[in-house]
Amino acid sequence: MGLLSKKDSKLILDPLADNNPITIQVLGICSALAITAQLKASIVMTISVLFVMGVGNVVISLIRNIIPSKIRIIVQLTVVAALVIIVDLVLKAFAYELSKELSVFVGLIITNCIIMGRFEAFALANGVWRSFLDGIGNALGYGIILIIVGFFRELLGSGTLLGIQVLGDPIDKTGVYAFGYENNGFMLLSPMALIVVGIIIWVQRSRNKALIEDH
Amino acid sequence: MEKRTDKNSYTVIFAIAMVIIVGALLAFTASALKDRIAENKRIEKQQNILYAMGVNENEGNKANFVSKEKVAESFSKYITNQIVIQDGNETQDENAYLIDIKKEQTSAKDGNPRRLPLFIGEKEGQKFYIAPIRGKGLWDAIWAYVAMDKDMVVLGAYFDHKGETPGLGANIKERFFMDDFVGEHLMSNGSFKGITVSKSNGDPKNEDKKDNEVDAIAGSTITGDGVTAMLRSELQLYVPYFKNLKN
Repeated sequence: MGLLSKKDSKLILDPLADNNPITIQVLGICSALAITAQLKASIVMTISVLFVMGVGNVVISLIRNIIPSKIRIIVQLTVVAALVIIVDLVLKAFAYELSKELSVFVGLIITNCIIMGRFEAFALANGVWRSFLDGIGNALGYGIILIIVGFFRELLGSGTLLGIQVLGDPIDKTGVYAFGYENNGFMLLSPMALIVVGIIIWVQRSRNKALIEDH
Repeated sequence: MEKRTDKNSYTVIFAIAMVIIVGALLAFTASALKDRIAENKRIEKQQNILYAMGVNENEGNKANFVSKEKVAESFSKYITNQIVIQDGNETQDENAYLIDIKKEQTSAKDGNPRRLPLFIGEKEGQKFYIAPIRGKGLWDAIWAYVAMDKDMVVLGAYFDHKGETPGLGANIKERFFMDDFVGEHLMSNGSFKGITVSKSNGDPKNEDKKDNEVDAIAGSTITGDGVTAMLRSELQLYVPYFKNLKN
């Protein structure tokens, strides 16, 4: 990270582990449940959020000094919603196939509380460059968890990764299925996403005791 | 001292300005891109119809449409006739594929006779009757183009959805689901039965084509039930046409 000062690189690196938006800040749980049944959906969501977080944090940071504090949440909401709708329209006009793939994610991006959470907690009080880095960092931290959860849910739930059958064919009983292995359909349901996230939280906190909150 | 941005008057002015700017921006983008989006949707409809009758560029497990460049040519080559059925009368309409099924369903609820578009295609000597249908999934609309022969045996189908859960209900537009419908009978012993998306048909390879059932997708019960209901209620409307065809 020679390009960034130590303080700036912390903005990117911290959310990846010790200040992860999902496992530490507990933001963005809803979308982590909703779209992690497949690895591909997790990756698409990560890229979308990366874009919206980066641009959104910059916009909010730019106008932070003129936003009236009484209606700041509404202003933030308007910025994300407008941004997402414009991107959606442009994709529909110029990259229709891609927009079809993304259509279900549009609503989930607007309601993703990580975006609002970082606007409120960071972009409103910090400069443009630092806000941009914070947005990218948090989106990546969110993405890492999404991809880990998506990996295990797709592998154990459907026996595939990115749609490719990696464990053999469950119907023709080839690969590991020949030995009596079965896909765990339970992994495809949302509660299992919560349990996988819970396991990640457990592993993370038992490796770094400083993360355990006092009660 | 009170900050300038805390004043009520400032807040109100800011809110008004924001609404005007954002509204203008959205309205401008939407109207500037409207024609292009409409054209993309029109092309997509043609691609969907052609897909259902097996004119596509599928690779492996991936469903691919004929390319945008070729779609107009393929559409006029394979789709020989388009008709609209209303109150048992058929009229030809070369723009029948543009009929908005959602609007038709709403106006039928108000008591107007439903206009039913049907596209007739021909490929390698086989006649295809393709019906556009629409129903409800878990979160939002689902729709399909079903290609049938004169006995209402499915020859191909294309499913799509607006907002089903990625990885679960959204899988109705994957080949492993859509291909199961090929060869499946909609009629049973001379009466219309539809096709049920079943969790308990005990036929995961879908070898029994006369059971009026296809294998469901795990974790997407409500989307599957939506598909069943859509096929039953919508395709039923076409039964009189097919009965006539035989006589």
